Amino acid sequence: MEPSEIPMLSYDVVVIGGGPAGMAAAARARELGLKVLLLEENDYLGGILPQCIHPGFGIHYFREELTGPEFASRLAKRLVELGVEYKTAARVIEIENYSDLEKVVVFASPGGVCQVWTKAIIYAAGARERHAFEIGIAGDRVSGIYTAGEAQTLMDIYGVLPGKEIVIVGSGDVGLIMARRFALEGAKVKAVVELMPYPGGLARNVMILRDFNIPLYLSHKVVEVRGKGRVQRVKVVKVDENFQEVPGSEFWIEADTLIISAGLIPSVKPLRKIGVEIDPATGGPVVNDRLETSVPGIFAAGNSLVINDLVDYVAEQGELAAEGAREFIENGGIGSRKWVKVEKGPNVRLVVPHYLSGERDVYLYLRVAKPMEDVELRIPEIGKRLRLPVVKPAEMIRFRLKAGEIQRAEGKLTVEVVKA
Amino acid sequence: MTTYRFTCIVCPLGCAIEVDLKEGKVLGVRGHTCPRGKEWAIQEVMNPKRVVMSVLPVEGGALPTVSVKTAEPVPKERIPELMKFLAGIKLKAPVKIGDVVAEWEGIKIVATRGA
Ligand SMILES: Cc1cc2nc3c(=O)[nH]c(=O)nc-3n(C[C@H](O)[C@H](O)[C@H](O)COP(=O)(O)OP(=O)(O)OC[C@H]3O[C@@H](n4cnc5c(N)ncnc54)[C@H](O)[C@@H]3O)c2cc1C
Repeated sequence: MEPSEIPMLSYDVVVIGGGPAGMAAAARARELGLKVLLLEENDYLGGILPQCIHPGFGIHYFREELTGPEFASRLAKRLVELGVEYKTAARVIEIENYSDLEKVVVFASPGGVCQVWTKAIIYAAGARERHAFEIGIAGDRVSGIYTAGEAQTLMDIYGVLPGKEIVIVGSGDVGLIMARRFALEGAKVKAVVELMPYPGGLARNVMILRDFNIPLYLSHKVVEVRGKGRVQRVKVVKVDENFQEVPGSEFWIEADTLIISAGLIPSVKPLRKIGVEIDPATGGPVVNDRLETSVPGIFAAGNSLVINDLVDYVAEQGELAAEGAREFIENGGIGSRKWVKVEKGPNVRLVVPHYLSGERDVYLYLRVAKPMEDVELRIPEIGKRLRLPVVKPAEMIRFRLKAGEIQRAEGKLTVEVVKA
Repeated sequence: MTTYRFTCIVCPLGCAIEVDLKEGKVLGVRGHTCPRGKEWAIQEVMNPKRVVMSVLPVEGGALPTVSVKTAEPVPKERIPELMKFLAGIKLKAPVKIGDVVAEWEGIKIVATRGA
């Protein structure tokens, strides 16, 4: 194709990713009167929700407990009602940043490669799962090793049981929910193996192990996989407080399938390419209180901003990003003059957003590094204190700061979680 | 006497509750902070129930399966029976989200995804 023949479309805002973050962002942007295009690489909208068939979605956002597909279909319905333009089977391959209000999104779809001019971008491409090699599992290259998301897609979209005797690595919510699905479908879950000394998931999901008599090995890790063609056995070893293997503690479990559920990482490749600053603690971009990244006019929401455990927060972030995009387009930029930097204090592993203007109230999302009881969340610079009975790395903490509170800070705010 | 130990899931406090049971009678409940937790713990030992989710094959839809859930919680020990019943069902598109696609012992099986 000659360059002049490449179709040229033009929008106020292009949303990348049709999961809950992207759908909420696109709907809100349209409500705010923007011309918006949503691009999704899958054949269907919803992101990971259509494969999450368990309940536990939407308690805050819709004030009703829904399954993943139900939550997705409500957002999709809203998009259709609002007349949002969207394309599925459209994979964004590149973002080009020409100037603050001139950006190009390049996407590939069955019809060919397409370029779209846009003033602002909301990046909501979700996360990717960590693979076996990233967590140091050695051994044979055999079939039967899946990430939890792959196994979930096989089972709950395509109706295929990935194996019969299963070992799961990781006791976060995703690993536990998969353990239940396998057990319900008649597979034998032989063990859930967790590196940390405590389970990674919510209590309601840890209960699943008791329901199905599934052994949980805490402070253990899978180090090796053996098999001919297919997984036959996996080697498990105990670790000490410093995560060092305890000599002589290893044992083998017979299994035909190994499921890796070792956490998610924001998927930010196209952002890195254009120089967006990434926070090593979240793996996602550094953002201000409109969720704008370090490249003006590029916003981020959902799991590509920070890994969320509740879809409600994801949708909320999508809407906030859309409001940011509107402000950006109307004023030719986010014109805040003074930014207060949010810093991490004791027992705070990550906190988002990173810069606050004090022009608006804001929700901060944070995760602690280790579990603690009877604690206070404190921001000493403004004398803020919040009592929390229990904190766990698995449960994201969300709290609100008023514009007035932020204005009282001089240059920075330190968030800490300490004994009350 | 048997003592059952578990983490309460009624709220994020996550109390460690213990229930003492003898010959089908609750002798004592410890560790809860509120009455709701106590009630939940007793129900959890006496008659635990769960909402059950699964997928059913569907012919002629955009995706090969439809996801379903029970309209109400099912006694835990009867879940394997329910799963066997579900394994025998095949659906045909169109299925709308919210459709009752089957019924088992008076419990409605509801589609949570369309096809
Ligand atoms: C197994 C599991 C269980 C969960 N259980 C619960 C629960 O019980 N309750 C709850 O509230 N939350 C739960 N969550 C969390 C919540 O569902 C997620 O945080 C949320 O779905 C993330 O939404 P998202 O829009 O950021 O990302 P995703 O849902 O991942 O959507 C991102 C979308 O972007 C698309 N995309 C990526 N790259 C491109 C590209 N280059 N071009 C075009 N499109 C692209 C992807 O195809 C995808 O559709 C669970 C998560 C998982 C993984």
